[in-house]
Amino acid sequence: MLHSLTLGELATRLARKELSSVELTRHFLARIEQFNGPLNALITVTAEAALAAAAAADARRARGEEGALLGIPLIHKDIFLTDGVRTSCGSRMLDNFIAPYDATVVERLKQAGAIMLGKANMDEFAMGSSNETSYYGPVRNPWDLTRVPGGSSGGSAAALAARLAPIATGTDTGGSIRQPAALTGVTGVKPTYGRVSRYGMVAFASSLDQAGVFARSAADAAPVLKVMAGFDPRDSTSVDVPVPDYPALLDAPMKGLRLGLLREFFEGLDARNAALIKDAIAIYQSLGADTVEVSLPHLPMSVPTYYVVAPAECSSNLSRFDGVRYGYRCEQPKDLLDLYKRSRGEGFGAEVKRRIMTGTYVLSAGYFDAYYLKAQQVRRLITDDFRKAFAQADLLIGPTTPTPAFAIGAKMDDPVTMYLNDIYTIGANLAGLPGLSMPCGLIDELPMGLQLIGPHFSEGKLLSAAHHYQRATAWHTQSPPEYP
Amino acid sequence: MSLTRQDVEKIAHLARLAITEGEMPVYVKSLSSIVAFVDELARVDTASVEPMAHPLDGQRQRLRPDEVTETDRHEKYQANAPSVQAGLYIVPRVIE
Repeated sequence: MLHSLTLGELATRLARKELSSVELTRHFLARIEQFNGPLNALITVTAEAALAAAAAADARRARGEEGALLGIPLIHKDIFLTDGVRTSCGSRMLDNFIAPYDATVVERLKQAGAIMLGKANMDEFAMGSSNETSYYGPVRNPWDLTRVPGGSSGGSAAALAARLAPIATGTDTGGSIRQPAALTGVTGVKPTYGRVSRYGMVAFASSLDQAGVFARSAADAAPVLKVMAGFDPRDSTSVDVPVPDYPALLDAPMKGLRLGLLREFFEGLDARNAALIKDAIAIYQSLGADTVEVSLPHLPMSVPTYYVVAPAECSSNLSRFDGVRYGYRCEQPKDLLDLYKRSRGEGFGAEVKRRIMTGTYVLSAGYFDAYYLKAQQVRRLITDDFRKAFAQADLLIGPTTPTPAFAIGAKMDDPVTMYLNDIYTIGANLAGLPGLSMPCGLIDELPMGLQLIGPHFSEGKLLSAAHHYQRATAWHTQSPPEYP
Repeated sequence: MSLTRQDVEKIAHLARLAITEGEMPVYVKSLSSIVAFVDELARVDTASVEPMAHPLDGQRQRLRPDEVTETDRHEKYQANAPSVQAGLYIVPRVIE
């Protein structure tokens, strides 16, 4: 079946003209039609535009063009602006918003010939770890429909796991690619801060947000990241560093790679989770990697640090939603203040309002030093811990999440418990580091993720290390039994 | 630290958010628990630590030549506005 093939196999068939992009696109659109209902992974399906784009990709190929993504279908998280297509960000606020231009990520993938099938459901404004805060309802985990897929890129992850597309985009502010990748059994890559343009990506926390990719293996993710990454003058924090040829780096030798075992990641770790990580470490040792124990003493402070910094930036970023220029406007405002307050009060959901208020509080007069400045100081201490760890280790290894996917509704009443889901992923965002999650086993028939974190701009090394693991194991080839 | 209803009302006003009667007790409770959680930061010794606003050191604001790079697309942008007349955004009367 076409949806079981790797990206490389699909590209080969397209290149040999054994398969057309139109056929491939039809196949995935049919799967979306068949499976998306209960999963709720996509908010918008752009079938007609997809088929037109697929025909255009076939025409480009007929003219002699080539490319790893030419004619390959994908799904974009609904946080990326897509010219002429609704970009809701999972919010009532943007339910009627038709994007007037393409995000740089969308533009680059389009130029490479990738075909957008639709827009993925997500936590509202990317604020959530379970995809339950979406205005469009929760996404369900294809491994167990009573469970969450993780978040905030839950729709992208669930779509990948159910094989509704071979690749998908996501964003990761505190774990929003890696955590759902782990909970749905797919591979997710969060690049270095500044590696991929944020232009046209609805802003949540600007010093943390980074776009990345979901795929079913590191080998599939590599060519996608190669297209997405690179300098963009339209993003003021985009970094002008050349993009390596990630696919060419996949087979770089593993021998002598120093893997750092984070002491803080293993303290209090569930025994079955720890056993899976230890198995993965043993595989790496058999592949020639060396291990060294490292410590990030300030890492336990990463979640409280994040829940000051991210809400502060969100309260500032989301002040643009005023009911005037775009987005939701309340009915019959009695004056301008009423227009602002009710448009925002009615247009934003509960978690977004909670974070805006948290951010407003920590930035307000009298609390700024105690919370915001303090968090920025602890952020430096955490970043320094990582820097020291990378003097001893090339990559850090550990779990992606504390537990497998939890039940829908289980954590919605207690925000702090929900926030602690991201305990292993947030550190990389605070320090701007690239991270990757890939499947490493099952607990109670549910997938678990192995996380690798590297120094700035080490995406090539991360993908290569993941590729070696995936050649030695088969966890990444598992898919949920109900989605043949 | 625990927040009062008055604290939350003030924060909501600063954030220009209308919070309904029904939502208010939920926010008083959950914002209090979040503030108590982030209060843990006070335990960290940060004397003489430089605050970090940005994850990559050494980044500067780039300058570019002062040339027009964007075309006028206000009609396309204003197509998303709730209310527009003659190219202007319409809001409730501000000055009587």
